[in-house]
Amino acid sequence: MIRFLTQVGLYFQFLKKVFSKPEKASVYYRQTMTEFVSLGLTSVGIISIVSFFMGAVITLQTAYNTENPIYPTYLIGLGCRDSIILEFSSTVAALILAGKVGSNIAGEIGTMRTEQIDALEIMGINSASYLVLPKIIATLLFNPILTLISISIGIFGGWAAGTLSGVVTSENFIYGIQYAFIPYYITYSLIKTLFFAFIITSVSSFQGYYVNGGSLEVGRSSTKAVVYSSVLILMFNVILTQLLLS
Amino acid sequence: MIRVKNLDKAFYGKSVLTDISVEFEPGITTLIIGQSGSGKTVLLKSIVGLYDIDKGEIWYEDTLFNKLAFADKKKIRSEIGMLFQGSALFDSLTVEQNVRFPLDMFTEKSPEEKSDRLNFCLKRVNIINANSLFPSELSGGMKKRVAIARAISLNPKYLFCDEPNSGLDPVTAIVIDELIRELTEEYSMTTIVNTHDMNSVMEIGEKIVFISEGRKCWEGDKNEVLNSDCKPLNDFVFANSLAKKIKADAG
Repeated sequence: MIRFLTQVGLYFQFLKKVFSKPEKASVYYRQTMTEFVSLGLTSVGIISIVSFFMGAVITLQTAYNTENPIYPTYLIGLGCRDSIILEFSSTVAALILAGKVGSNIAGEIGTMRTEQIDALEIMGINSASYLVLPKIIATLLFNPILTLISISIGIFGGWAAGTLSGVVTSENFIYGIQYAFIPYYITYSLIKTLFFAFIITSVSSFQGYYVNGGSLEVGRSSTKAVVYSSVLILMFNVILTQLLLS
Repeated sequence: MIRVKNLDKAFYGKSVLTDISVEFEPGITTLIIGQSGSGKTVLLKSIVGLYDIDKGEIWYEDTLFNKLAFADKKKIRSEIGMLFQGSALFDSLTVEQNVRFPLDMFTEKSPEEKSDRLNFCLKRVNIINANSLFPSELSGGMKKRVAIARAISLNPKYLFCDEPNSGLDPVTAIVIDELIRELTEEYSMTTIVNTHDMNSVMEIGEKIVFISEGRKCWEGDKNEVLNSDCKPLNDFVFANSLAKKIKADAG
């Protein structure tokens, strides 16, 4: 318990260091643009692929589990839309990003721990801020875009699977995704995405920054980054759902 | 000039450095020698402020460095260049970007001026046509030279080198030693080199401080180091069979 509380305290001290005034805004801006590419743009592919197939599966599952003449088939489109907007594109995509981006961040910062972070400190640079703040800003800006991409491709995947398999007509699916649409669900999804982006980046950076030891420890820190981020994402999913939808 | 007075440092209650007092003068390369685990690196990292010391004083000219807050240390740190054992080049940056990094961070120079300065530094350490290479594409000796170029890019007053020759062949090691000595004289820097390489001691040891079990045991120059009556120093200097044989032959 004491160890846990120590880690929590250390995490908040770390955040304080991260959010201190940057040494030179232009350098941080350039670094943020780099992270935009390495953490954001490179995730578009995996998110698109996973979203497409998840949308497809959700459509087929909904169709086969609601096979009843009483239910209109446009409900398949509605079910696909709401599942993707409310849960998949924010929470499940965040879990995927925790695996991809989280391990990447922890590994990158962990390998810098030996001497490169010392080199930054000796130059008088706040290493935590320089290494982590651009990552946090980049993911906070880019992950909502990823979520919107995921929603679009997921619904497209659902339409493709539904129409190609013949479980729903194109007209009914499109009618379903427009039926009883609540725009606030998009806002809800994006708010969750922002929280999850912060969790993934800060927790993974924290794990990498305080690595003690060699390659074995760096590997462990990457694993911890993914596990802790995923657990926190699921925990905050419950809290945010209660706060935002109740 | 850097002055260290009565420095103590312990980790988890275990003393690593005890009552170290030493002065480092400008224009002179001072070597801190001692066995692995004797406390050399801890002393170096304490002097540059990477470790907080438990007792004592570290003076940079007339400024008591160890009592300054992080923000106040920045000015002095901008005058420090450091060469790490593993070079500490940023893997994701090219040679050019590595050397440009301190210039981007701490100067308001134009891009052309920065390019001139970084090319001058790279040329000074004999790195030619390697600007676009990444650290993983460089040999050990080249990495050290690029790290030296980065360390001198801001024209530092103080240069710290932690085991600059580790992992290098004797010929390349001499090149690095000579480069450090030349730069020290050229820019009148206060240079501190941590090493356990006796070749370095004999090449550039204008002033030598011997550390054993966390204490300063001896201080002198390269001409005195072979004739000292300090037993731990003799055990260190004449540790290998070749050195023992030379000593025996010399009577």
